[in-house]
Amino acid sequence: MAKRRIPTPVSYAINLVLIALLLVVGNIVISSGITSRAQNSLFLQVGIYIILAVSLNVVTGYLGQLPLGHAGFMAVGAYTGALVWKATASMPAPVSIVLGLLVAGIVSAIFGIIIGIPALRLKGDYLAIVTLGFGEIIRVCIINLPEITGGTPGLLNIPKHSTFTLVYVCVVLTCVVIHMMMKSRHGRAILSIRDNEIAAESCGISTTYYKVMAFSVSAFFAGIAGALFAGNQGSLFPNAFDFMASINILVMVVLGGMGSMIGSVIAATVLTSLPLVLQVFSKYRMIIYSLMLIIVMIFKPSGLMGTYDFSLRNLLEKLTGHISKKREAGTNE
Amino acid sequence: MSKLRPLPATGFIPERDLDKTPILEAHHLGINFGGLNAVKEFNLVIGRTEIAGLIGPNGAGKTTVFNLLTKVYQPTKGTILLDGRNTSGMTISQVCRMGIARTFQNIRLFKDMTVLENVLVGLHNEIDYRLAGAIFRIPAYWRAERIARERALELLSIFNMEGMANIKAGSLPYGAQRRLEIVRALATNPSIMLLDEPAAGMNPSETGELMENIRKIRDTFKIAILLIEHDMNLVMGICEGIVVLNYGQIIAKGTPEEIKNNPAVIEAYLGKKEAR
Ligand SMILES: Nc1ncnc2c1ncn2[C@@H]1O[C@H](COP(=O)(O)OP(=O)(O)OP(=O)(O)O)[C@@H](O)[C@H]1O
Ligand SMILES: [Mg+2]
Repeated sequence: MAKRRIPTPVSYAINLVLIALLLVVGNIVISSGITSRAQNSLFLQVGIYIILAVSLNVVTGYLGQLPLGHAGFMAVGAYTGALVWKATASMPAPVSIVLGLLVAGIVSAIFGIIIGIPALRLKGDYLAIVTLGFGEIIRVCIINLPEITGGTPGLLNIPKHSTFTLVYVCVVLTCVVIHMMMKSRHGRAILSIRDNEIAAESCGISTTYYKVMAFSVSAFFAGIAGALFAGNQGSLFPNAFDFMASINILVMVVLGGMGSMIGSVIAATVLTSLPLVLQVFSKYRMIIYSLMLIIVMIFKPSGLMGTYDFSLRNLLEKLTGHISKKREAGTNE
Repeated sequence: MSKLRPLPATGFIPERDLDKTPILEAHHLGINFGGLNAVKEFNLVIGRTEIAGLIGPNGAGKTTVFNLLTKVYQPTKGTILLDGRNTSGMTISQVCRMGIARTFQNIRLFKDMTVLENVLVGLHNEIDYRLAGAIFRIPAYWRAERIARERALELLSIFNMEGMANIKAGSLPYGAQRRLEIVRALATNPSIMLLDEPAAGMNPSETGELMENIRKIRDTFKIAILLIEHDMNLVMGICEGIVVLNYGQIIAKGTPEEIKNNPAVIEAYLGKKEAR
């Protein structure tokens, strides 16, 4: 039986409706007062970590490189966004919010390009070490520029712009933009570099260009996540962006499955909400993380979802295919 | 706008006039691996629609010559002219965009991608929309992707591989992987294609078919082909010119007839085979 394809516009429409539905439901839940303040803040935290994990997945999963400085880009975005928001407090809120997010993303992406061009010449462990160094340099710079960043005592009184709607829209935009990029010639180029760099180059793909592209797109969204983080916390402290923060994000990507966006989303959601669900979790977090990593690496080294790409359209086609097959079988009998 | 030129109808073999003007020239090419002169004084001129063979015993430096021509290694000595232009200092991807494509002795496919996607990566520079166009899914994106898909299937049809388009490249049988590498190389729209042991691991009937297809590719696309091969039937059967390499040096050049009767070649290469 020929596989019936759902037309692209229809599939886009279905996705759009579901996305809008989830947004409405989320807003109703939050405004109804069923959830506590802490839980509402956790929702935002989950969204922020989804953006971080999905953006890191571009470099770790799709490009196949191992950077250890994602929290550095998050920090750049957080401080940039916070400072822009403080400086533009007199502007209408929507203008200020969008401006802060955009500038945070762009500045972070510029850092991505500056770090990426030299660092991406290196491979494997060397790239990991250089990006790790970058993350630490950013943190040390923040500590040592108290006039701008507030230093160790922190940057306080940041406008709390991060609402559920804002974070949700940013999560959706991040996933959509990265998905559209990966399903294009640019995405294929990035994936081909992961699969076989020499072959990719022999196909006329400038590998440096696409590595830097992946790196800066990843940094852009990490920067936006940083700004949302600032708008959720209301204050920023350099220690939030230490080496362990980068590792946390990396653990999400590895657990979810390198190269699987849905895997990153699920892992980010679970790992971010666990501490609130399980009080013991926060105490033994590092032990549980390591155990989870070891167990996943033993039983499913490619991560929970492997490189599986979730597609509602394929799922629906499979379901309708099964149903019509059953129906056919029924009529034949 | 897509740059894709229409593909000549398959099976259409025009009466050919061999174009002997050079597409690729190598002069005094040499490379040194920490004291080992893997290739030295390598001189070669290949005509625009020539099929040439590069043969020699194991470890003679044949693959190294390919790696020099495609800039996987930068030569320590000598110059390479591609369509009259010096390629010194260029990268692998730059010379590919200038029109040199290749396959690999140890197959280098994108194993996690489908057969179709492998060819689409080969078509990368033939598809022209920008990142923003892809993200906003502008009409030019859809058009370029559709045309590229059609072209990819058309190229796969040379080897009757359209039916395998959605299979993971890594799960193809060995022979099909070699053919896919040729299709992917062809997708980059080259003016010369370098094939490193295209028939390795193929049975005689597959090799015969491959021979026909290589000739067909040359005839329809009017490109030059330089191939490394240990299968003497294939080399003697389709090459118009042959170069023999031994210990990194050219020991003979000529037509298949001349090479067969060259005493130096018989001693270095064919002689060894007879002794076995
Ligand atoms: N990167 C390298 N570093 C050091 N030595 C090398 C390198 N690449 C090739 N060689 C050496 O150069 C010589 C030629 O190798 P090459 O692979 O070109 O041989 P070949 O003619 O392709 O042989 P075969 O028929 O087995 O494929 C060999 O002695 C090999 O060990
Ligand atoms: Mg070889």
